[in-house]
Amino acid sequence: MVLNSIEKLLEKYDNGETTIKEEQQLKAYFAQDEVAPHLESYKPLFQYFNTTKQEDLYTKDVPAKTKKSYIYQWISVAALLVLSLGIFTTQFGDTKKTFSDLSAEEQIAYNQAVEVFDLVGSKFEQGESNIAAFGLMSKKLSEGAENFEHVSEFSKATNKILKSKKKKQNKNK
Amino acid sequence: MTQTDFTKLVLPFKDKVFRLAKRLLVSREEAEDATQEILLKLWKNKQKIAEYKNVEAFSMTMTKNFCLDRLKSKQAQNLKIVHSNYEEKNTSLEKQVEARDSVDWVSKIIEELPEQQKIILQLRDIEEYDFDEIAKVVEMNPTAIRVALSRARKTIREKLTNTHRYGIK
Repeated sequence: MVLNSIEKLLEKYDNGETTIKEEQQLKAYFAQDEVAPHLESYKPLFQYFNTTKQEDLYTKDVPAKTKKSYIYQWISVAALLVLSLGIFTTQFGDTKKTFSDLSAEEQIAYNQAVEVFDLVGSKFEQGESNIAAFGLMSKKLSEGAENFEHVSEFSKATNKILKSKKKKQNKNK
Repeated sequence: MTQTDFTKLVLPFKDKVFRLAKRLLVSREEAEDATQEILLKLWKNKQKIAEYKNVEAFSMTMTKNFCLDRLKSKQAQNLKIVHSNYEEKNTSLEKQVEARDSVDWVSKIIEELPEQQKIILQLRDIEEYDFDEIAKVVEMNPTAIRVALSRARKTIREKLTNTHRYGIK
């Protein structure tokens, strides 16, 4: 009975007239171990169909990735770097600020620099006092200039006297 | 469309794409490359994906066209990926082994079919598509598909019964 229907199905199958259900029946039949001897040659065909569908799989990852996510990742990495660098410098950079932390050479250099600055400062003060003297002098000078005016007024008067004396002498001649 | 949406969409048919590619290109590596290429193309056009009526049929058509192009370019380079060309060198032993493993023999027979028949047979007998779906992929009318399928099946059966009856030699 079963064999009969299978033979019919096979004929239909060869003509491309079977439905998917009928083809599944055929596949199920040939998946058994016991198959009618004259149909033995069909067995590998249907077995092949079954096994390829189960075994031939695409195993690689589906390439669903965008470039954007990479960019954001790198930005975050860079931000982290900058942040940690900032924290590092503020935390550990300040510890070297006290005088005792400096090396001997640095201390000497510092002292020398301080001395030089002191010297420059004292000279500058001296210079300032000199400038004050200049100021006094210029004040006196302007006072002197005022006095000159008195002198010039005086000389005017004497000139007048001299002129009148000369006129008198001319008349006397 | 997010990555997970895309993966969900692609997951049901990525193996089908791969198997069709492998049927046509024979080599597993070539088929993997082709599959990746197809999936990448889909991902790049993900905005348009909603407009497609049938993403699976569309992808299968893309796969078919891609693989046929690939084969053409390979033939132009005179570089055959069909590895039937090394059979002549190693004669008897390999053939004997193949004869015993008759399931492998089936794949050899399918390899010798014309491309069109290969595609139709693959879609029908392995992926179990109905004729309307196959029609969308190969752009043929269902009767023509039926005829091609019948020819392919008859060729396979003939060769199988021959090898079964007489062996290989």
